[in-house]
Formats: sequence, structure tokens, C-alpha cells
Amino acid sequence: MTDLSISNRTQASGWIDSARIAMAAPAVKLANDHLDDLEAEGIHILREAVAERKNPVLLFSGGKDSAVVLRLAEKAFRPGRFPFPLMHVDTGHNFEEVIAYRDARVAELGERLIVASVEESIRTGRVRLADPAGSRNAAQSVTLLDAIKAHGFDCCFGGARRDEEKARAKERVFSVRDRFGRWDPRNQRPELWNLWNARVSAGGHLRVFPISNWTELDVWQYIAREQIALPTLYRSHLRDVVRRDGRIIAVTDVTPAEAGEKVERIPVRFRTVGDITCTCPVESTAQTEADIIAETLVSSVTERGATRMDDSTDEASMEKRKREGYF
Amino acid sequence: MLTRFVTAGSVDDGKSTLIGRLLWDTRAVFEDQVAAISAASQRRGHAQPDLSLLTDGLMAEREQGITIDVAYRYFNTAQRKFIVADCPGHEQYTRNMVTGASNADVAVLLVDARKGLLPQTHRHAAVCGWLGLKRIILAVNKIDLVDWSQARFEEIAREFVSWCEPLGLPDVVAVPVSALEGDGVVFRGEHLDWYEGPTLLEILERPLEGERDGVIDTGAAALPLRFPVQWVIRGAADTDPDFRGFAGRIESGTVRVGDEVIVQRDQTAQHARVAQICLGERRLMLAQAGRSVTLRLDREVDVSRGDWLVAAGSGAQPALVDSLVAQICWFSDQPMRAGDRYLLKMGTRTVRTEVDAIESLIDVELLLAQTVCAEVGSVQANDLAQVRLALHEPILVDLISSGERLGVGSRFLLIDESTDITVGAGVLRR
Repeated sequence: MTDLSISNRTQASGWIDSARIAMAAPAVKLANDHLDDLEAEGIHILREAVAERKNPVLLFSGGKDSAVVLRLAEKAFRPGRFPFPLMHVDTGHNFEEVIAYRDARVAELGERLIVASVEESIRTGRVRLADPAGSRNAAQSVTLLDAIKAHGFDCCFGGARRDEEKARAKERVFSVRDRFGRWDPRNQRPELWNLWNARVSAGGHLRVFPISNWTELDVWQYIAREQIALPTLYRSHLRDVVRRDGRIIAVTDVTPAEAGEKVERIPVRFRTVGDITCTCPVESTAQTEADIIAETLVSSVTERGATRMDDSTDEASMEKRKREGYF
Repeated sequence: MLTRFVTAGSVDDGKSTLIGRLLWDTRAVFEDQVAAISAASQRRGHAQPDLSLLTDGLMAEREQGITIDVAYRYFNTAQRKFIVADCPGHEQYTRNMVTGASNADVAVLLVDARKGLLPQTHRHAAVCGWLGLKRIILAVNKIDLVDWSQARFEEIAREFVSWCEPLGLPDVVAVPVSALEGDGVVFRGEHLDWYEGPTLLEILERPLEGERDGVIDTGAAALPLRFPVQWVIRGAADTDPDFRGFAGRIESGTVRVGDEVIVQRDQTAQHARVAQICLGERRLMLAQAGRSVTLRLDREVDVSRGDWLVAAGSGAQPALVDSLVAQICWFSDQPMRAGDRYLLKMGTRTVRTEVDAIESLIDVELLLAQTVCAEVGSVQANDLAQVRLALHEPILVDLISSGERLGVGSRFLLIDESTDITVGAGVLRR
């Protein structure tokens, strides 16, 4: 991995069959490919959690990270069925493309999808928003924890990565949540080698992160290598936007242009995909995985820094949300 | 090429600043992070951006100016990709240092040049020896505060290298640095003109033992096959109803279609041949150590989670044992005493175990094993000790891959069944 950019581009050019490489190249090359290592680790984590927990669920947002986790699940459990359902916590503020992608992917996999709805939580009074038009990102925690309880899940797979954010960087792969769904960063279990302690006390549950050690670049290299389909939002497209506080805001029904703002139609793509009200696109003409990888290599801004409004409200907003049960 | 390294030190020796400096000078810091730490530094009344804020992410860490738990960071140079596990310095957090170090190849231990080696430095080095790390770098930090003194650096470096000797670590090296000023970290700087050795980053970039042409040939693929079964996969009615495959990660060796394997569980050894190697829907001709795959066998055999598939034929076979002697590191505030019961997780097996005897404690200052009296002996948090464990059911142990990162059959966790917490970890020695 001396030059990331070169190996990326060769990988992006098409499918690479490990078996074919194994016969053509010296054995040690195969044993050291870092995407193969990350993949093998992720598969191992999924299988350990499934073997030791009674009722797991895979959180599927329709974003690129959970798309990678889904691919790992296929490699871990096919041709069998997944030994868990998928669950989407739907804020009701989604890009149409993402919901269409989610449903198409679920149909293609033939797996069961549970949709936990934040709108439902608002209707039943479980969630009260100070600003009904504002971000529902934090409100997802209530909906998620209610769904975990209702279904009796004891383990949730998520696509969080340690390179995303400082609080995530401190979290274990097998992360314990108490019966209130809380994460206690000061009291985490030791975690050694590849021996995962998947035990959890009654009422609590685990959050398990199979791609903890992947970076944004690894994710894109893997998507390119595996030809993983993604929502079209991740590729450059023309969109009506306004510029606000150094960010680009997509103009939508729930995020309209404010008085005095100039609406522009420019080529953008999304680096992360979440609730419409807190996800911003970046200016980009990148169409292919190779273009995106090239942009990622020279990006001067972190993935969440460019694109998440709620993470920049204060120094520790992610940690606070996680303590309350967020993903 | 990927290097995983761990950093550890004592409180206030500037470890977070050192990592911040490494990230900063290798240009691994993004603009929004610069803006965030500049603003935070200003609020705290610092004139310069406080580089430690790049890694200290938790609220309590920022309030107290300390590091509480392991943080993982990712950066690369033209030579290499790095994963850093940044570990806290407080003595009570040895469990976190072990968490970060267990998957690392290299450790960077920090000392304050004014204070020199501390008990904590010894403990961390001893833990690195216990884990079998490939390289230990002593970073003598705050060299600016001892007037960039060559004599002081050499005194500390000599003491450390000779102290480490009994640990049998393959590669021990010291480097003078000023994380605050940057000298000796990524760039040589202007103050260390007497120092002719490599900078910290140059040492990190050096090839590791066994590394050639940018890859580490650990030799794991050439060892006999060890495949602990994690999960049995059955095909769905509408996909492949007859499919029955054994899912796991190859801990050592290479498996090829047609290979003869033995199912190891107890005294009965069933033989079979590998009919298919599956990775999801794909079929492979061979797979090597490190890969997670699903194996189908050519006949009906009784295999379940916890069993191993191993290479048939000549060569060492794993041993079935009902007791073991291991070196353990203890993490819990509840001491371990003879007679205590725990769960032991090794590979994909978990069994009950009882502490037969605490044979010795390792004095981390002197690196001597002290025999303890069974009646009074207990293992306290952060201790390294040699213990004998009796197992309620026999398990398979194996030392052939004990030098590898995975090392199935030679490493285990001890879990307290009442709290579900990992209270200790152990390594088998020859």
C-alpha cells in the first residue's frame, strides 16, 4: 500500500477475483491485501455476534457504509438467509432516491426489512421536537431504542467507522449499551486480539461495528472493487442549492431557501447520506468510483465536517448523542 | 503497507500532543479539524492551537486535559498507511493500553525527559513483551525542557535498552523528540544537531521483521491449517436447500479444494475432504490464513461451533487439554484468587474454568517472576502473572501460530459470568 492512488485506480477498473490472483501472484501478496484483511475481519465480527447473541438486527440506512456491511453479510451468510432482519430508522425526512434504493436492495436480497418511524414516534408523543421543522437526527435515538425494546433485539449491527468522528474513534467494536441504551465511554470493556466478548447483561444490548477500522477511502475502494450499487445521490448530479455558513444546502421541501438566498443549480454529490435536514452535499463532478476515490485522496475536509450540520453544533455533539443511545 | 502502532505513556508526558504533531506534520489534519481545534484552543486561552485536542475527543478528556480511552487514528505517508491506537497513561487504564496494543506491531512509549523512566514505562514495556510486539520505540519527549541535552537523552535511552533485555523484544530503539516544537517527530528540526539517528516517523516507516517488498510474510499461510468453526450455514429452501457449510476464519495455513481435513473436537477425529471453498456466492480454489470463508466437505460429518478443521497428515496436531498454564494480564479491580471461577473464551469455544494456582507474579520493575504463596496470593488489576487453570471441559490448544496476530489456541479471554465483563486475558507459552 505504498501508493494508495495507484492501487485504487487499478482496483476501480473492475472486479478482482482473489482466486485468480492467488494462482498468478506470490501467496504473500494475497495474504496482505488490506481490503481483504478488512473484509475478513468484518465477516468474522458478524459471525461471532450472530453465534453468541440470540436476536440481532442489522441497521440499514441506505447509506454507503451500511451498503458495505450488507455486502459483508452476504459474504458471511450466503447461500443461507441472513440470521437477522434489517431495520431502517426512518426520520420521514429522506431523499426519495435513498428510500427507492433501500427498497430495491431489500427486494433483491429477499430479506426482511423493519421500518421504525420517527414520524410514528412523534404522533404517539414519544418524541417531542422543539422545532417541528428542524433536524430529526437526535430524535432517531428514541425511535431506535423503542424498536429495539419492542422487538427484543440484543445486538445491532451498524456501519459506524472510527475515522468518522472523535467519539466514534473511542468506541469498541463490540460496544455495550445499558438498559437505557446508554454508552458509557469511561467504562468500556477491554477488547483484545480477535476475541470478541459478545455477552451482555439482561435488558442491555450490544452495538457491533464490523467496519470500525475502515476509512472513508477503504469504503470507496471496496465499493469500487465489489461493484456495490449505491443511491444515485453519491454521484455527481445537478441540484438546486443555496450556500449558507460555508456549507451547501440542498433546496428541498423541508430545507427551503431562506429569504434573500440565491438558489443555484450546480453539480454536487453527497459524501454521507442521512436525514435531509442535516445532510449537505459537496460541490463535485465525480461520476465514477475512481473519480470519487481521487477526490477523497485530496480532500481537505473530513467527511462529516463537510456534510453534517448537527456534528458541528459543539465540540462533543456526537458523544452526547451516543450517550443517549444514538447509533 | 499497513503498520498498526500503539502509543502509551504516563500522565502529562505529552502523548496526545505527540500524536497531534504526527498528524499535523504528515498533513493528516483536515481544514475543519484545524478550525475546530483553533476555536477550542482560543476558548481555553492558548496562543497556539493545542494539538492534543485532535485526539482527546471525549468531554471529560477535554475538561481534565487527560486521555481516558483508546482512540484510533488513521494517516498515511508516501511509504505507509498507519493505524494509531492512542492509549491513556493512567495506571488504572492498563486494560485500555492492552486493548490498543493487542493488535499492534509497534509500540511508541513516551517519557518526559525531565522525569526519565517511570514505573508506568516499565509496566507498558512488560505488557508489550507479554503481547509479543515486534518493535518498541522509546520517545524521550520534552527534550526542549532539558535544554536539548544529549547526555540526558543517552542516559535514559541506555537505561531503557538494558532494562528491556530480559523481555526478549526483537527491536528496541530510542529517539529524542519535542512534540511541542516538532523536533525529531516528522522533521529533524534545528535543535537536535547532535542527534544523527532517524526521526520517530522514520523509525515507524522502517520495515518490520519478516517484511519484504512492502508485505509481511508472517509465514502463517505456510503453517498447517487451523480453521475454528464459527457458525454452520444452511442453504435456504429457495436458494440451495442442500447446502451445509462451515463458516470461519483461517487462522493459519492454506486450504485448497480436495484437501483432506480432520474435524477436531474430542478424541474422535473424523476425516473429510474439502469440496468447496465459498465466499458468499463465489467459489474459490484456495484460501489462506487471515481469510474468512465457508468450507463444504465431501461427506456428512458432525461439525458445530467450537470445533476446528485442521490439516490431516503429518505435522503437529492441536492438543486436547483439561488444564493449562498461562501468563495472564489482569484488568479487574476484583482480584483473582485461587479457586475463583470464570468463563474462558479461546477461539470459538467458551468453557468454565477454575483457578488452580497462582504460580508467580511478574515484578514489572525487576522483570523477575516472584513465586507467591497459594494462601495469600492474589492477582491485582494491572498485574502480570503465571497461573494454572483447570477447565470444566477439555479444549483444543495449539502453539503453532502463537507468533501470529491471530494465534488461535494460544490466547484467551477471562470473563466474569456475573457481570459479563472481560476481567483478564492470557497467553500460552511453550
